[in-house]
Amino acid sequence: MAYSEKVLNHYTNPQNVGTLDKSKSNVGTGLVGAPECGDVMRLQIEVDEATGVIKDAKFKTFGCGSAIASSSLATEWLKGKNIDEAMKIDNMEIVEELHLPPVKIHCSVLAEDAIKAAINDYRVKNGLEALKFDESIVH
Amino acid sequence: MLKFPIYLDHNATTPCDPRVVEAMIPYFTNNFGNAASRNHPFGWQAEEAVDYAREQVAKLIGADPKEIIFTSGATEADNLAIKGVFEMYASKGNHIITCNIEHKAVLDTCKHIEKEGGEVTYLKVKDNGLIDLAELEAAIKPNTILIAIMYANNEIGTIMPMKEISAIAKKKGILVFSDATQAVGKIPIDVNKDGIDLMAFSAHKMYGPKGIGALYVRRKNPRVKVTAQIDGGGHERGMRSGTLNVPGIVGFGKACEICINEMEEETARVSKLRDKLQNELLKIEESYLNGDKEHKLPHVTNISFKYVEGEGLMMGFNKEIAVSSGSACTSASLEPSYVLKALGLGDDLAHSSLRFGLGRFTTEEQIDYTVEQVTNTVNKLREMSPLWEMYKEGIDMSTIEWAHH
Repeated sequence: MAYSEKVLNHYTNPQNVGTLDKSKSNVGTGLVGAPECGDVMRLQIEVDEATGVIKDAKFKTFGCGSAIASSSLATEWLKGKNIDEAMKIDNMEIVEELHLPPVKIHCSVLAEDAIKAAINDYRVKNGLEALKFDESIVH
Repeated sequence: MLKFPIYLDHNATTPCDPRVVEAMIPYFTNNFGNAASRNHPFGWQAEEAVDYAREQVAKLIGADPKEIIFTSGATEADNLAIKGVFEMYASKGNHIITCNIEHKAVLDTCKHIEKEGGEVTYLKVKDNGLIDLAELEAAIKPNTILIAIMYANNEIGTIMPMKEISAIAKKKGILVFSDATQAVGKIPIDVNKDGIDLMAFSAHKMYGPKGIGALYVRRKNPRVKVTAQIDGGGHERGMRSGTLNVPGIVGFGKACEICINEMEEETARVSKLRDKLQNELLKIEESYLNGDKEHKLPHVTNISFKYVEGEGLMMGFNKEIAVSSGSACTSASLEPSYVLKALGLGDDLAHSSLRFGLGRFTTEEQIDYTVEQVTNTVNKLREMSPLWEMYKEGIDMSTIEWAHH
């Protein structure tokens, strides 16, 4: 199976690899997947408390090239968005952008889950209720 | 000068040796006869070529030419051996013993046997990939007719103790079948010394063409028979009908002849390169060798690089180096290699494995380049692996509640 040019680019030059200080109240961390399943994504957002805008996003991913590319792309898209906008990122947009084949759709699902988990972590840290997300996505 | 891509997947298939191709060519054009045409020179010529190849193939495994049944490959030979014995020896019993790291061609055939009313015991291998002989002996029952154990494993290269296995079988009058696809042509095999009654192997794993293989069927002590699985003109002593693939058989014979003449030298050269590759890669922190270190084919090594996923790892160099992974990221099931799991590896280590298969045309320069590329990619991917970060921070990952899908 050949990878799309965009997946290859993200794999070769991943954007926003790194770690944010998870002890800070304005940093939300999402850790999804499992080592036994062959992919684990950790996605973090740092929110500007005055404006509610995501000013930084970082990821680290254990997984195949498509999983790395999906998380790299997700961090690019998150930066500059506010939380409401970030919540609307749909895994199918990632699939389309990276031209992921059907067997790799789960990588995009994982990225969407990671975004939502990071947002919820941020919300809980700031005294807000964790949001319930639609579980319609089949894993 | 290095030429890309570098091929290090010789357990999947091998290139045809140019000498093999050269031997085959006349049998596509001028000498195109049907080996079963008994009444004209075209047929005689083809038959003569097949007879000669049969001798070459038999010689490589210490067999008599009459004991070689040509098939389309090892998968067909596996099917013929297991189903053929099951049907032929139905009056003696219906129990077969095999093990859980056999190739799918054996495992799925055994599943089929179970559907047909047969009984199959799947021995579990130890964590070094070898079967426990005491367990084998204990699994034998009055209705056991066949022990089917592979000579060497395709993913980890471990070599089973065939002599010991057949000694146990002989005591009880049970037939021994071995899928030797990975081993024939790589290590010396003698069906008599090893006590093997049926053995499957294939040309394309030893620098011969694809689409041709053989089943060895013992004719003496004991005389073994299998029920044909393909009916027709009664070729191959009635055990495998179908017009013989003369060019393929000629190529197979030539490939065997080259192995007879060059195996010793080739094994010494290739195992030295394999050892270098293995030793260098095991210097990487948290890398683990899969399968027994000693009882192993000379040209293969299988290593897990913890905290890095195999497919992602291959992507770092797969335009330049062809290897294979036990990760199953591309398969719909997302299940990693059943062979590695059978060794007791956690799914995480199974996902992190690479198999390197060296071959006749592998050079030291290619190995050096591979060491460099794999090491760099492992390091690069660990920098972006959350698991590596946790490991470095001393976090016990078994305490984390992972969200399993």
